[in-house]
Amino acid sequence: MSGNTSAPRHEASAGHSGVEIAKIMLHTFVAYVEDKPGVLTRVASLFRRLNINIISLTVGRSERSGFSRMTIVADASDEAGHRIRASLYKLEDVAEVDDISGVSAVTRELALIKVAANAESRSGVFELAEVFRARIVDLAPESLMIEITGVESKIEGLIQVLNERENRVLEVCRSGKMTMRRGHHTSRVLRAMGVADIPDGIEPVDPD
Amino acid sequence: MTQTDFHPHSPTRLTGAEILWATLVGEGVTEVFGYPGGAILPAYDALRKFPIRHILVRHEQGAAHMADGYARASGRVGVAIATSGPGATNLVTGIATAMMDSIPIVCITGQVSSKVLGSDAFQEIDITGITLPVTKHNFLISRAEDIAPAIRAAFQIAQSGRPGPVLVDITKDAQQASAIFDFNGAKPRPYSPHPMLHCTDHKLHQAAELIRKAERPVILAGHGILQARAGEQVRTLAERMQIPVGMTLLGLGAFPASHPLNMGMMGMHGESWVNQAIQEADLLIACGMRFDDRVIGTPATYALKAKKIHIEIDPAEINKNIPVDVALVGDLREVLEQLLPLLPGRDGSAWLRSIEESKGTAAVRDIRNLPDSGHLYAAHVMHDLWRITEGRAIVATDVGQHQMWEAQYYHHDHPRTLITSGGLGTMGFALPAGIGAKFACPEREVWVIAGDGGFQMTASELATIAQEKLKINIAVINNGYLGMVRQWQEFFYERNYQSTPLVSPDFVKLADAHGIAGAAVRTRSELADVVHRARQHDGPFLINFLVEQEDSVYPMIPAGSALHEMIRRPDQNPLIETPQDS
Repeated sequence: MSGNTSAPRHEASAGHSGVEIAKIMLHTFVAYVEDKPGVLTRVASLFRRLNINIISLTVGRSERSGFSRMTIVADASDEAGHRIRASLYKLEDVAEVDDISGVSAVTRELALIKVAANAESRSGVFELAEVFRARIVDLAPESLMIEITGVESKIEGLIQVLNERENRVLEVCRSGKMTMRRGHHTSRVLRAMGVADIPDGIEPVDPD
Repeated sequence: MTQTDFHPHSPTRLTGAEILWATLVGEGVTEVFGYPGGAILPAYDALRKFPIRHILVRHEQGAAHMADGYARASGRVGVAIATSGPGATNLVTGIATAMMDSIPIVCITGQVSSKVLGSDAFQEIDITGITLPVTKHNFLISRAEDIAPAIRAAFQIAQSGRPGPVLVDITKDAQQASAIFDFNGAKPRPYSPHPMLHCTDHKLHQAAELIRKAERPVILAGHGILQARAGEQVRTLAERMQIPVGMTLLGLGAFPASHPLNMGMMGMHGESWVNQAIQEADLLIACGMRFDDRVIGTPATYALKAKKIHIEIDPAEINKNIPVDVALVGDLREVLEQLLPLLPGRDGSAWLRSIEESKGTAAVRDIRNLPDSGHLYAAHVMHDLWRITEGRAIVATDVGQHQMWEAQYYHHDHPRTLITSGGLGTMGFALPAGIGAKFACPEREVWVIAGDGGFQMTASELATIAQEKLKINIAVINNGYLGMVRQWQEFFYERNYQSTPLVSPDFVKLADAHGIAGAAVRTRSELADVVHRARQHDGPFLINFLVEQEDSVYPMIPAGSALHEMIRRPDQNPLIETPQDS
């Protein structure tokens, strides 16, 4: 299982990879699972069994004690989305599954990016960080580390611009997507409000 | 502690091994099928204190199939037990068989001590990892106090919702340690149904409207009818609305074969008129079936004129293979009980008449009136077995040609009388599954029917039959080939019979070596006498039926073709039906 893989051909929301976009259908699930050994394997194995690629997977503690929260982004059609959710619920350790593809939600990703930079080339990176509302979190004689939070396209954008400069990108560590529905609405209410179908890429930019 | 003073309802300090058996007793288990070994030895040592009969198998695959056959015949949970390592891996085929057919079994395996877990200790294997995709759930238990809750949860999971197999892997030190056993305290959380079950009034009315308005409806009757015990409700639906019924392989017996509305089996080797009716239908009512590829031909050509209602307990099955118009997701019996009051009745005679007419010469399979040509056909065997046993036996079949002939010629009027591996198609299933069925229903007549190929995969269980002194009748349908593969080679690989001719031992001598009586049958004229002998014999009996070698199962939908594109039985075949037979 490759949890935080982020293969370039799947950059659906980035808008940089142009022609590939139409072929990729991303589905985002939020799942509450029991915080026990083996649960990650069960969830990952389900996707493997259905022959569906996981684009990103983040896991961490949640507000419920004894339960972890997963955000799973998978390359799956709309029909497969129903089946994935139904199949996730069949796992004994899964308590709740929300399919938040196309609903109003806030999605964020965290990235740590280490770039080659010395005294002469630093200032350009500082400016870039400012523009992208990123932070410099480590400074060494030959490198510096940027922390950036935002939607996937924003992170992609920074990496691309960095690549176009003379500062070599030495390391990239990305968290994968974390997603949360807006407000305190249930999926039924949101559907009734007609706020479904907001694709990832054109989501309005929020203040960080 | 002696066997008699055990009582599951007062908390007592017991060893983990004792807790295992005490919990099984509390769950109502009376038989387990298993094979001992190092990591499960503490459990075997404690067995003598408990009122559970252990059936020693000859290979752990047999134990899993026996538990499976036990569950299919009785509707109760079957239990298999094995040691760690190879004992556990040998269970896997049996577990996968149960998974594909949604059969409730609980498998218990020993595991190396928790201190050495992960160290590649002798006979250590990650069986919970291996069985993850072929179980509904599994547990790795390393503390004595966790055994009872895990076993109780396993029984609940195995039986609830869409049933399936559950494995509980228990380390040796957990079996040896002690804990307070409290059966009631170990009760699992109340079962919570799948959150995506969905059967609203609105959906029910939509379905009822479709049924009332349909001119050419067909009920597709599947295994779920048996699982949900919904036979009466399906029958009421069919009779009240005059809807013809097509059966899946695993559905056979769920709706009486002799019922005038029962058209017979659908699918790859189903009756041509059933498949034709499905293709012509304007409404399909799928009851507890999953549109398996063996019944739909190709999705792109399947029942294109029909609206589809899918009544199914598993939400993950909805729109999986065939998109449906109305999905009633829930327990089949509960759904039908809500649906039936909305259905006042209907005249379906025109549609029924047109199906009757479509049967034409293909309708009459009866082979009674055929002159005895000196040849023995497997179809004869099935037909005569059905007639002689009056359709009342429990029949466990293996996989391949004989399985299809059995389904075509042995007419099952009663639920849980056909024990067969449908989804996984596991050769070697029949003999151990038949043993399991016999333990579940000791008063019933049990026939194991297997081909010469599949029989040899688990023939070692003959010794289990002998040791347990079981009255089981065995019919080996011996054509000297791996018959179904040979048939495909004949049809689709230019008769290149690569690796399908089969040299077998003399099965009657093999039975004799086990102290099991037997006889060979070469012609139809001797068939009835030998079958009578077998039935009357006080003990197991094996019949080696030496049948026509290159016979094929007709009709047949070639893989990738539509339901109405069936290969019909060729005219020169001596089994050709004639309209005057009935």
